[in-house]
Formats: sequence, C-alpha cells, structure tokens
Amino acid sequence: MKKPIIAFKNFTFKYRSQTEPSLKNINLTIHEGEKVLIVGPSGSGKSTLAHCINGLVPFSYKGDITGSLTIKSRETKELDLFSLSKMVGTVMQDPDGQFIGLTVGEDIAFALENEAVASELMKERVERVAQLVNMDSYLEASIHHLSGGQKQRVSLGGVMVDDVDILLFDEPLANLDPATGKYSISLIDQIHEESNKTIVMIEHRLEDVLYRKVDRIIVISDGEIVSDTSPDELFSTSVLAENSIREPLYVRAMKYAGCRIHAKMKPAHPETIEINKKKLHDWYKSLPNQTPSLESKPVLEVDHVTFAYDTGKTAIQDMSFTIYQGEMVSIVGQNGAGKSTISKIIVGFEKVQNGTILFKGEDITSDSIHQRSERIGLVMQNPNQMISKHLIYDEVALGLVKRGIEANVIKERVEKTLRICGLYPFRNWPISALSFGQKKRVTIASILVLEPEVLILDEPTAGQDFRHYTEIMDFLEVLNKRGITIIMITHDMHLMLEYTPRAIAIAQGRKIADDTAVNVLTNQTVIDASNLKVTSLFGLAVRAEIADPREFVARFIAYDREMRTWQ
Amino acid sequence: MAVEMLTYIKKQSPVHELSGVTKLIIFLCWSTAAMLTYDTWVLLALLVISFVLFKISKIKVSEIRFVLLFILFFLLLNNIAIYLFSPQEGVKIYGTSHVIWDIAGRYNITLEQLFYHLNITLKYFVVIPAALLFVVTTNPSEFASSLNRIGIPYKIAYSVSLTLRYIPDIQREFRSIAQAQQARGSDLSKNEKLTKRIKNASVIIMPLIFSSLERIEVISNAMELRGFGKKKKRTWYRATPFRRGDYFTIVIGVILLIASLVVTFHDGSRFYNPFTLR
Amino acid sequence: MNKGLSVKTIVAIGIGAAIYVILGRFASIPIAPNTYVETTYPFLALMAVIFGPIAGALIGFIGHALKDAISYGSVWWSWVLVSLFVGFFIGLIAKRVNIEAGVFATKQILLFNLIQASVQAVGWILVAPILDILIYAEPANKVFTQGVIAAISNIAMVGFLGTLLLVVYAKTRSQSNSLSKE
Repeated sequence: MKKPIIAFKNFTFKYRSQTEPSLKNINLTIHEGEKVLIVGPSGSGKSTLAHCINGLVPFSYKGDITGSLTIKSRETKELDLFSLSKMVGTVMQDPDGQFIGLTVGEDIAFALENEAVASELMKERVERVAQLVNMDSYLEASIHHLSGGQKQRVSLGGVMVDDVDILLFDEPLANLDPATGKYSISLIDQIHEESNKTIVMIEHRLEDVLYRKVDRIIVISDGEIVSDTSPDELFSTSVLAENSIREPLYVRAMKYAGCRIHAKMKPAHPETIEINKKKLHDWYKSLPNQTPSLESKPVLEVDHVTFAYDTGKTAIQDMSFTIYQGEMVSIVGQNGAGKSTISKIIVGFEKVQNGTILFKGEDITSDSIHQRSERIGLVMQNPNQMISKHLIYDEVALGLVKRGIEANVIKERVEKTLRICGLYPFRNWPISALSFGQKKRVTIASILVLEPEVLILDEPTAGQDFRHYTEIMDFLEVLNKRGITIIMITHDMHLMLEYTPRAIAIAQGRKIADDTAVNVLTNQTVIDASNLKVTSLFGLAVRAEIADPREFVARFIAYDREMRTWQ
Repeated sequence: MAVEMLTYIKKQSPVHELSGVTKLIIFLCWSTAAMLTYDTWVLLALLVISFVLFKISKIKVSEIRFVLLFILFFLLLNNIAIYLFSPQEGVKIYGTSHVIWDIAGRYNITLEQLFYHLNITLKYFVVIPAALLFVVTTNPSEFASSLNRIGIPYKIAYSVSLTLRYIPDIQREFRSIAQAQQARGSDLSKNEKLTKRIKNASVIIMPLIFSSLERIEVISNAMELRGFGKKKKRTWYRATPFRRGDYFTIVIGVILLIASLVVTFHDGSRFYNPFTLR
Repeated sequence: MNKGLSVKTIVAIGIGAAIYVILGRFASIPIAPNTYVETTYPFLALMAVIFGPIAGALIGFIGHALKDAISYGSVWWSWVLVSLFVGFFIGLIAKRVNIEAGVFATKQILLFNLIQASVQAVGWILVAPILDILIYAEPANKVFTQGVIAAISNIAMVGFLGTLLLVVYAKTRSQSNSLSKE
C-alpha cells in the first residue's frame, strides 16, 4: 500500500457565519500518486473540502474545526497558507480570476517572483513548465488574446512551477467547451502519468472527466461522504441518481434497456463497457420513431448579414437563418466563432454592415435597441451583470418604469411575470439573498416583463449542477410552451440534445450547419469545427450495431424526457 | 461609445529599448522641469528635444491623433477660460502693459497677456510628447517592476500592474452592462434631464461595481495561494537589465532638469520677462 | 505601512483603480462642453469606506493618474492629488461607519455626508486651486471658480450616488435570515 498524502480523520468544519457545519465527520485518505475525483451537487460541501486541502479554510475563510486533517503527515491547522501552497497547487474555476499576469510568461512566473527567485533561473523554469503545459510558443502572448482552454493551461503551469506534490482542480471544465475540456482532461492525465503527482479534481461533469482513467470517485452530499469507490463500482449503484448527479448517458441508456450494471462490465468508459446488444436492440425497437415536427411561421429572419468590428476584423460573414415561432433553438460554436456577436446584432447592440433582419416579415434592421427590446429580449450569462436594484420587485419593474408606464399597469404586469417565474412569494426579498438559479430567473423575469416574443439566452446553465440545470431548463420549457420562442447560445451538449430540437452551428463567422441537434452532434465535420464532441450515445449505438445510430440517439432523448417528467 | 484609449505600441526603436525604469525617471524629471519653469527659452529648448525624441521613437502622429485632437481642444478651451477670467494676468506677472488692441477696459488685449498664453501653451506642448511617449513606449508588464525599482513598495507597484491587467476586462464588462440596460430603457447618451441621467448612470454602474467587488475576493485568494506577499521583496520576470544607454540617458535627464532649473531661477523669478530686459 | 496592507487591500486597490479609469472614461455625464458630472467620486467614496484610507488614497491617485494618462496623454497632477486627498480622508471614517456590520442608517448617512462634504470642500476649493497656482501659475479667480464648481457637483454626486451605493452595499452585508415568503 502506498503512503497516505491527504488524511481527514473525523473532520468537521463550520463556517463562522453559518449555524450548521458544512463538512460533517469526514474520514478520507488519499494516497500518493492517486487520481481522485470528488463529485456532489452545489452546496454539498465539495468546494469547502477543496478549500480545506489548499488552506483557504481556515486561513482565509474562518471557522471551527474539529478532528484532524494532515497533508504529508503535517496537521494543516498548525501550518499556514504559504507552506501549504508549497505542497498543494490549486487551479481555480475562473481562469480570469486566477490569471493575474499580463502575459503568459509573467503569470507562470508569479509564484517564483514572490519567492524572489533570480531572473535567469526564473526564465529557465518558466520555459520548462510552459513546455509541460504546451504553452511554450505563447510566452509573450497577452492574456486578452488567449482562449479559455489556453488560460487554464497557463493557470496549471503557474501552480506547477512550484513543484507541488498535490494538484487540486476546482471544476476545471466549468468554462470550457466539450472539445477543449477533453483536451484538458488528457493533459491532466499526461501530467499525472509523467510526474506521478497526486491529483484531486472537483467536477460535476462526470462523463467528461472519465474520458481518462481516475482511481476513485468520492461522492459528497450534505457535507458527508456518501460513496468512496472506483468508477466501475459507482456506476453499478444508484448513488448518482439519488444525489442528483448526472450519470453518463450511455450508462443511463443501458439501464433503460434493462441491463443490470456490474463492476465487472467495466462501465467507467463507453469503449470498455460490456454491452448487451440484444437488450439494446429490443429497447430501441420498442420506442416510437422520432420524426421532426412540422415548422411553423417564421418569427425571426437573419438575411445575408455581414458585420465587422471597429478593428476591421470580420466577425459575421454573409449569415442567413430563420427562426420559427414557438421554437427552441440552440446556436453553437467555438469561443470567438461569432455566436455572441450574432445575438448582439439581433437585439441591436451592434449594427449590421450588410443584410437585413426581419421580425415577422417586418424589416427591423434600422430599429433602435430600445424598439427591438419589446420584441426580442437578451438574457446575459452572468446575472450579476444585469441586476441593478436591491429588491426583486424593483428589478423586474425597472424596464417598465423607464418606459414611463403608469404605476398600476406596472404593478399588474410585474406581478403577473413574477407568478409565471415562480418568484411571486419572494417579491419583497433582496436579490442578494437568492441562489444563482433564482437570480437567473429574476433576470429572465426582468426581460419577460417587457413582453418580448423571442428570448435569447447566453449560456443559461453555465457552471450549474444537474439540479439547477434541470430547474432552469424546465422553467424555460414552461415559457416556451406559453408561446415564447427561445434561442440559446451554448456549448452544453446535454442542453442541445435534451431541450433544443434544432441547432445552428457557427464557425469563423459563417453558418456551417442548421439541422436537428442529433444530426449536428453526430456529424464529425461540424463537431470538429465547433469544438463539440460526439455524444457517447452515438458510440454506444455504433458498438451495438444499431443500423441508424442517429435515430437511436433521438429515441433515447425522447424516452429520457418522458422518464424525467414522470419522476 | 468611443473605445479608443492609449496603449503600448510595440516597435523597434532606441526609445523602446530603454529600460522602463529609465523612462519613468526621465518622465518624472521632465514633468518636474516643465511644471516648475515658465522660462520661455527653457520651454523652447525642451520642446525641441521632445520633438527629436518623438522622431527617434518611430511613433507616428497618426497613431495618437485622436488624443492629440482632444488635447488641442482642451488647450483651446483652457486658454479661453483664462482670458475670460483674467485678461490682465500677463500684465500682473510681467509688470508692464503694452495694449495692442483696445476692446473694452479689462479685456484690452496686451502683448503681455499674449506672451503669457504663449508660455502656458508651450508648457503643454513640452509635457505632452514626453507623457505620450512614456505611455506608448513602455511595456505595461515592465511598468510595475520599474515603480518597484525606484523605491515604491512592491505591493503597491503590483496593484498598479493589476489595474493595467483588468482595465480591458472591466471595459468589456461595462460595455455589455450598458447595452443590456439600454435595452431596458436606461441610456447614458440620451438627452434627458440631469437627475434622470444620473439615475440612468447609477443603473449601469451598480452592477459593474458589485460584480467587480466579488472579483476582488477570487483574485486575492488566487494570489495568496501562489505565495504573494510572503517575502519582504520580490523579483520581476519582466525587469529589463540596465544597459549603458540607460545610465547615459538618466545622466542626461538629470543634467537637463538641473540646467533648466538653474536657468529658470537664477534671477529669482520663474518667468522670463522680455518686457523689462532692456 | 507595507506590512499592514493585506493581499485583499492590494487587490482592492488594483481593481478599484481599474474601475475608476473606466468610470472616468465612459461613465461621466456631460452637462456642458468639456464639463462633466463625475461618477468616479461616489465610487471612490464607497471603496474608501469599505477598504480604508490607504486604499482610498491609492485608488484615487492611481485611478486618476492612469485615467488622465491613457485618455489625454498627460496628467493634471494638481487634481490627481486632490483625488488622493479625498480618498484618504473619506477612508478615515471607515472605522466609525463600520459598513461590514450591515448598518448604514440615518446616523451613519449623516456622518458620512458631513465628512465627504467637508473633505471635498477643502480639496476642491483650497487644495486644487492652490496647487494649480503653484504648479501651473494659472490665474487665481479662474482656478477658484473651477474649484467651487467641482466642489458643488462632486459633493452633490457623492451625497446622492455615493450614499446610495453605501446603502445597497450595507444591505448585502446584513444577515437575511428574517425573510419569509408572502
């Protein structure tokens, strides 16, 4: 048996500002060179656990500790943040918060600068680490010219420069598109293989992390460890479903088809899982055929639109598409492909150079932002960037107040909107008391109150756990059923598959696909150009030798939705 | 909304090659000299030198035209304001009065007043090229280390570096918040009553400020986890070593400062007075 | 002094100065040609009250100097120093207001406004014009008039917007366990 490197013994922690402990009686040992994944819903205590390991608890976030936590056999509460940071390197969730240097080289060097390492030695070590994370050709590049994945690699380099024994990743996939996420996971794996460092990852995108092997998965719920076992064992139980963590889709499909999952079937990877072809075929045949529903009247038409920024860079090239009334559509593509730009053009934040935009057949190309906002609403990704009032009621009323509408009409419309959004009981609450998901609802309500017919949402579920994801998406579906057309900008493949029948893919400012979400997510060319990845369901269907794997994916999604509505 | 701001312009030139510390010291000497002197000859000499430096730096006027126009406009307004408030300031300073255009009592145009305006304008023209050059030829990465080298505590120097790092992020955030609020009816550029405009501004700056405050915690955690502030001193990845040219430039800069002060103050007045010389 | 500055204060200075630059550059409200009502001072007052006098002084100084440098290519030092002065002295009342406790009611509002008004009055009507005369030898009546105008508009802005910012900030600090659904 290997030496323990992190050991929690009867460890309990309570934040000073809270009444209940966030971690309760944790017993957990992680050994040298292990690769461990910690999963759990938001608020389960998994971030607190990470903060205990890197020392932010108790040195930055104060509170009461009972029991013991040792790292490399030293009791952490007797150490300090600095000595802990020599043993544990943390890669945080938000790359823009962690990347503090102006250029790649400076950021990697940050820890060395603080150690007052001499210049030549520093340059040499930065060079070496930059090679490890494949950023050596970008040393002079400014932060503002890097993609999300590159920023994350620099962050990783910045902690590896210290030669730490433990690498801690706090939701490394939260801000990355599927293809970049896949690359990050294999880079982490490669570093693990080469350096034999201990790796602790916190993440709820289970299927994406398991793209490479992990030794153990620890499930946390309500501050307690509810499972601590290998991935193969974990998938044979129902722990994930009980704790609202999303199971890999191929595992779920197998379960739907009536297969009992055992650890021996190696269910941890879609390529290794032992499949029962007959059961999958039988299940597939028992499901109804999914024919795409008929299109209705166009509500929004983007017609040969071209747009370039002041800098001269063309962002949108001759793009055309039509959105039909009552649809739910996703727009997908890499960062910088132009998907945010096209949404800004639609709502009038940016002016087109060529082409027209039609709303129900009427040309609105020269309408102002203000005029368009009564027809098309845009909800930004970060609710904190939209909220400017203290109370929920005032925030939702703001747009109407600015339009000079009578007070009693405002009251009526705001209350109606709050009821639709399930916020009416909270109408006099301060917004700061709400969860992220509820804040998102407030921002949606503040747009809905203007009664637009089309709603555009930028990454509505980014960084949300399965429960909040479902909550937000089910709510959007309710709105959709009330007749509001919904367009979502996203790179969440689950969202595309599960909620939007149709997807438009954009690459380098051009439309490259406009098809059903299933077809887009199974088309290799489109997937490569828009940084997506093939869904594991497709792979499963191919392995089961199902004649039309696309149809398999479509039927699975339809069945899955029904199952979840009945739950 | 204008997004134009001055930034570092990367080029190969003797001015670019100087260490950031050197440029900072020169900039400070230059500003001090220009601030203190009103001696026309000193100002003219400095002006000539700054034009030469500008030429050497290979920065083209077109690259900074928008700022120049802005400054010229400001300069014009300031001159008008001075004249309106104090049309006889020159007479007060130089002690004589040569009226060249009789308008109306107080507002008579005098040679002294024109000379005073010439000096004020010259002062601007001396400072502007130096400041502009400093901003556009100093790599922002190097700026913080330069501050530290001239004796500013490194923690404060680093906060300047953080400012430069996050200005573009916050600018982008400001833009998207402003657009989103515009869609809901709050427009900063709209012609409305002042109180309404202030309210509109508050609707935009509230989310900007509060979402940025949240950021402070994330960034300070990240910095602490990477050992910031542990030691009494720190080194800088981006510090350029001193070369012979740097020492040479600093010596010249200091000599210029001293010379200009001596020339200015040798007769006990900041002003060169052409009217009582004879 | 160097030892006493926490990492959080350093970051607050850095980010605060960046916000100051952006507010000064893009969120000033034009009222007449070349005359603006500044939103930077209400923000500076908020930061000074939250993070104390040194943060207040440095946010004012760095923010204002950088704003001048990158938008005009030159720095008007006399007014930059007033920003430092205002940030520092408003920051001195931070302890007495104790905004982190989540209370910013009549008593605190009065104290805050009394201080901000007197600090700014001294800053704009005394310090700025005197520095203008010393450094730039500008006519006295011109710079004093400018100072009085700046004092009136900035005191009013901080009184209105600054107070509002502090009230909202205090509310985010208060415990909200007394909430119930209706």
